[in-house]
Amino acid sequence: MKNKVNYILLFALSILFVSCAYDNYDAPKSTLHGSIMYKGDTINVERSNGDINNATVYFELWEPGWQKQAAIRVMVNQDGTFNTLLFNANYKLVIPKGQGPFMSLTNAETNSDTIPVRITGNKTMNIEVLPFYMIRNPLFSASGRTVSASCQLEQIIKDANARNIERVTLYISKTSFADGQTNIVKQDLSGSAITDLANVNLNVNVPTFASLNLPDQNYVFARIGLKIQNTDDMIFTSARKIKL
Amino acid sequence: MKKYFILLSIIVFSLTWGCKDDDFLNKNPNTILLNDQVWSDPSLVTSVLADLYGRYVDQQTITNWPEFTNFDEAFPSESGQFWRVQTNPQYDYGWWGDWDYGYIRELNLFIQKCKAADKLSESDRTRFLAEARFLRAANYFEKVKRMGGVPLITEPMEYDFSGDPTYLQHARAKESEVYDFVINELDTLKTMLPDNASIKSRATKGLALAMQARAALYAGSIAKYGTKTPSVSLSGGEVGIPAEKAQGYYQKALTAAQELISSGKYSLYLKKPDDLQDNFASLFTDKGSNPEVIFAQDFKLKSGVIEGWTVSNQPRSSAEEQQGGRVNPSLNLVQSFELLDNTYAQLPDISTGDTVYFNNPSDAFANRDARLGGTIIIPGSKFKGKTVDIWAGYMLKNGSIISGDHFGANAILPGKSTDEQVVGFDGPIDGLEYSAQTGFYVRKFLDPTVGSGQLGTQSDVWWVRYRYGEVLLNAAEAAFELGDKTTAAGYLNQVRSRAGLTKPLTESDITFDRIVHERKVELAFEGHEMFDMKRWRLAHVIWDGTNMTHVTTNLGKADEVSTMIFGLWPYKIYNPGSPNNGKYVFKQVRPSRVTSPHTWRLGNYYSKIGDDVRTNNPKIVKNPNQ
Repeated sequence: MKNKVNYILLFALSILFVSCAYDNYDAPKSTLHGSIMYKGDTINVERSNGDINNATVYFELWEPGWQKQAAIRVMVNQDGTFNTLLFNANYKLVIPKGQGPFMSLTNAETNSDTIPVRITGNKTMNIEVLPFYMIRNPLFSASGRTVSASCQLEQIIKDANARNIERVTLYISKTSFADGQTNIVKQDLSGSAITDLANVNLNVNVPTFASLNLPDQNYVFARIGLKIQNTDDMIFTSARKIKL
Repeated sequence: MKKYFILLSIIVFSLTWGCKDDDFLNKNPNTILLNDQVWSDPSLVTSVLADLYGRYVDQQTITNWPEFTNFDEAFPSESGQFWRVQTNPQYDYGWWGDWDYGYIRELNLFIQKCKAADKLSESDRTRFLAEARFLRAANYFEKVKRMGGVPLITEPMEYDFSGDPTYLQHARAKESEVYDFVINELDTLKTMLPDNASIKSRATKGLALAMQARAALYAGSIAKYGTKTPSVSLSGGEVGIPAEKAQGYYQKALTAAQELISSGKYSLYLKKPDDLQDNFASLFTDKGSNPEVIFAQDFKLKSGVIEGWTVSNQPRSSAEEQQGGRVNPSLNLVQSFELLDNTYAQLPDISTGDTVYFNNPSDAFANRDARLGGTIIIPGSKFKGKTVDIWAGYMLKNGSIISGDHFGANAILPGKSTDEQVVGFDGPIDGLEYSAQTGFYVRKFLDPTVGSGQLGTQSDVWWVRYRYGEVLLNAAEAAFELGDKTTAAGYLNQVRSRAGLTKPLTESDITFDRIVHERKVELAFEGHEMFDMKRWRLAHVIWDGTNMTHVTTNLGKADEVSTMIFGLWPYKIYNPGSPNNGKYVFKQVRPSRVTSPHTWRLGNYYSKIGDDVRTNNPKIVKNPNQ
């Protein structure tokens, strides 16, 4: 009798172990990484808070051939890079209309904004886009607790799709995440106040950390952001660490 | 062997005889009612209709309190809801979506069957039919508000099992077509529905006109203000209405509102002219021949159909359960209420150096629009006959604070030997749920009846969906947009004089900012704010994701940023010997749980249509900017 129980147990266990390998996929192993670029320059955007459903800037990967269609969203980091794990397959990459401070370029192969992506292993791929504006030659300096920044704005899209500048903002933050949500102080310059795109200057007085109830530090990070009318996402410079 | 033979014979005979009786398998079910049973009895049809009324869609409503805390009207004072002001500053694209075509199908089936129901009397049938068509129009209005143009299905669809379902796939109608459908249906229905202002929980002629005014106003403002956001549109017109249609919609809105106004069947609630604050609060709780309410979701005690708004939001100090105080109105809203002479004024705040001492904390809110006290429980005011106990602690001579971390906490004040209460039984205590973390509690819809705060009893105060006050504001807005400021001022003044504002507005006072302001203070906590900001294309302007350190000082301006919620805390002065000892000062705070500014993206204007919907029906186009 005891033997019988043992056999049954052994049989059950073996089923348990064997069948586990049977119906599972391997985890995706191939990485796709790269940057959002315009003619060799990376496009810096706003930080996403980690939740892909609420990512600030993202693009979509569609894999045709399945009965149900749903996109894999890939988040773009604030420095314009992206990184994702995928199964090997042929994907179609689309930047949804209205995403990011840029427009999609027409892909030569598909003759549309769809970019074919073949994943057969790790892959590095930059996505070329057409930004509305670029922020050129940002310069940051500090004297006392005043941070000064200057930059030039270059309008890239000038045809019927051109959009006006809503404002330029200098963001100061404790960490390298410097944007509308994380700044400790900011200075706006509205688009109508900009007379010379090649000469944009912003100054901001950084309050003492004690007055903000924050632990003291002798540096801040600064970034310039450009808000375009009728566009959700801003274009930024990279964050610069500034000693106070 | 014989045994088997008998057994076999029993089986054979039971097979041949058992089914012989036709009635045996032909019994009427006793758990469901059949179509011809239902459609011959008006009371059974009413039951079916009651279910359809019960599925009317609301976003912010008294049975779903957290939704009121998504924007800048209120702070969610419950630990599980703090995320609404924290980690999720952006709104999900799918939020506020509604793709419930099951409901539409059941309404269509009801309409189809009702038309064929020859056993009902003609008057019954007309009314049932009109009510179902009204509910369908209301639901399409709700859908177009959220999704833009949706497929307009007006007949129940059947699958023919041919293996090819493409004939069931319908493309989205234009946004304007859905609005036109709603407006045209209501034109027909207003002649079919009973013209009886005492009916509040079912459709009436007054309701058809009120909804028509609102829908036309929405369509008009989308046409007019949609030009501010050209990227919020689709080339097929599924989203966005051409600007040249604005005029026609505004005219329709004004005509519908004026037809209701001139009928004289409704009027502003004014049963307590001596106490206008209490009067305004009673407007929402008084169910006995209320002249203002046009349509409400009704509740009934001891019937199972009850609501817990009072349980959720009663002041903690006088609560009938160990909870309450969840919806905390923001300073952003409170400071918007004007002084009685039509001027805007910020509230006192010692952090700006504006030190004013008050004997009673409610004095700080004196001489304001009566709707303030009618909508919000301010420090020092009363609910259910008890004064709320809202004060954040003692402020000493040198400005330091002595307070506690639980309701009515005790501590020893300097120079004393015994401990005493150093914080109100309603808070505010930062981060403590159910305490008035902004310094305020909500009063609108709060039931003053004893027992309404008990979980076992709860409340039967109704949820007012349409009321005469809003119709007046709709008429005013439509008149303003049509350039008739005198008429607009006339309608606004009716609403404002009921709120105790003494100085009538004149033609020159009427601006877009005025219209926006009036809706904000009159219709707070009635579920209008988001949809108003959407149709004016202001949502991405006022919830633009910028960090705020101080509430706006620019009151009454429609496009002022309001991404974060602020509070105003009263402190008691402890300075023995000083004439100010025991008086109150106020300090503006941003509750520490408010960490992220709200961000409304252009893709939030129209909710995301699910990937599953678009897989099943490839004709459905995506909403813009998502």
